[in-house]
Amino acid sequence: MKGMWWKLLGIVLVLYAIIGGFLMPVPAMPILNETIRNTFFHIPMWFAMMILMTISLVSSIQYLSSGNLQKDAAASEAINVSLLMGFLGLFTGMLWANFTWGTPWTNDVKLNGTAVAILIYVAYIILRGSLQDEHRRAKVSAVYNIFAYVMMMLFINVIPRLSGTDSLHPGNGGNPAFGSYDMDNTMRMVFYPAIIGWTLIGTWILSLKMRINKIENKLLYD
Amino acid sequence: MNLREVKALIFKEFLYEWKQKNAFVGVLIYVISTVFLTYFSFKRLISTETYNALFWIIILFTGVNTISRSFMQENEERQFYYYQLASPQGIILSKMLYNSLVMLVLTFLALGVYITFLGNPIVNISLFLVTVLLGSTGLAVILSMVSAIASKTGNNPTIMAILSFPIILPFLDALIGLSLHAINGIDSPQNIKFIIVLGGMNAIVAALSYLLFPYLWRD
Repeated sequence: MKGMWWKLLGIVLVLYAIIGGFLMPVPAMPILNETIRNTFFHIPMWFAMMILMTISLVSSIQYLSSGNLQKDAAASEAINVSLLMGFLGLFTGMLWANFTWGTPWTNDVKLNGTAVAILIYVAYIILRGSLQDEHRRAKVSAVYNIFAYVMMMLFINVIPRLSGTDSLHPGNGGNPAFGSYDMDNTMRMVFYPAIIGWTLIGTWILSLKMRINKIENKLLYD
Repeated sequence: MNLREVKALIFKEFLYEWKQKNAFVGVLIYVISTVFLTYFSFKRLISTETYNALFWIIILFTGVNTISRSFMQENEERQFYYYQLASPQGIILSKMLYNSLVMLVLTFLALGVYITFLGNPIVNISLFLVTVLLGSTGLAVILSMVSAIASKTGNNPTIMAILSFPIILPFLDALIGLSLHAINGIDSPQNIKFIIVLGGMNAIVAALSYLLFPYLWRD
């Protein structure tokens, strides 16, 4: 049972978010209506994705300073899990957009940012695939990972402010939403646990993948 | 690393380019024929947006094609030789500076040919020149680092495009925005923000390459 508590917490929080997210009362808003419940499923994915990408960045920096191949494996597995979260976030978002905006994809800064983030990390996986030697692969992909993370952050944080076009997303540009004014306290009671729960589940998947990796590459690490 | 070392390395780049004249002439022909191809497909100026986007896409592809050679052209034995003589910081700085110079020359050449064929709708020339300066150096700096990464995979020509396009997108987005303002002569306070962001990205990427290249250096 030692070290299990956070996994159990993750399960409980995600279950709570699913049950509460579908059953609890939500504020009735124009256009959004019941689709507002997507907040509990869509946004936690992005949080989990960004946290996992940051874990990957930290692992890459640790690899470069220590040369420990297990750190490199952690960086790559964290990217795999964060891409899973990214795709789930993308699909929940597209499903939602289809009902509220009437189209699954528009030219929105947040959508473009996501597309770029996914492209960058798919390129990272391809880069790893094209290198055979473990140490060379670890080094080259760690350098690319750090480089890519910084550029992605620039794209997500700087470019939208520069072009002056607001996102269509609720809470941006005066759209009705779950900003500080619109999200009521019942929603927050589900929203925050959902974020923590999905992040814990993502970390759990990562730790499982790391353990499988450790077994598969036992000879390499010894 | 010192200034003399960087100077010597840049001089070496010039000598190397001079030794392989037909490679450089090949790039020039590539630029001219790509511009001619766009002229042939469009025949006339459609809109300033298209004009602007096409120009930077041509420059992007020229950059990827030219700079992907910068680390791949020299074989591994020769690279080992450099690593014994020079510091990694000196090598990446000299590559970035030299590639910026090459990109500037190519961009101005492409601009000349582009204007000759497709006309010149640019209203704010001085702002456009600033854009060209920032754009070509920025592309050169980003692509130099990506080229160093891509060269480690052993000459896989597509990997350069796969790695660089998503990374370049934020830079290209700001670049095309500023360039469109210059072409249409829009005089907004946003322009100065664009210039700061482009210059800042140049600085960030150069600093990152300077810090990260030593790890990539030898394996």
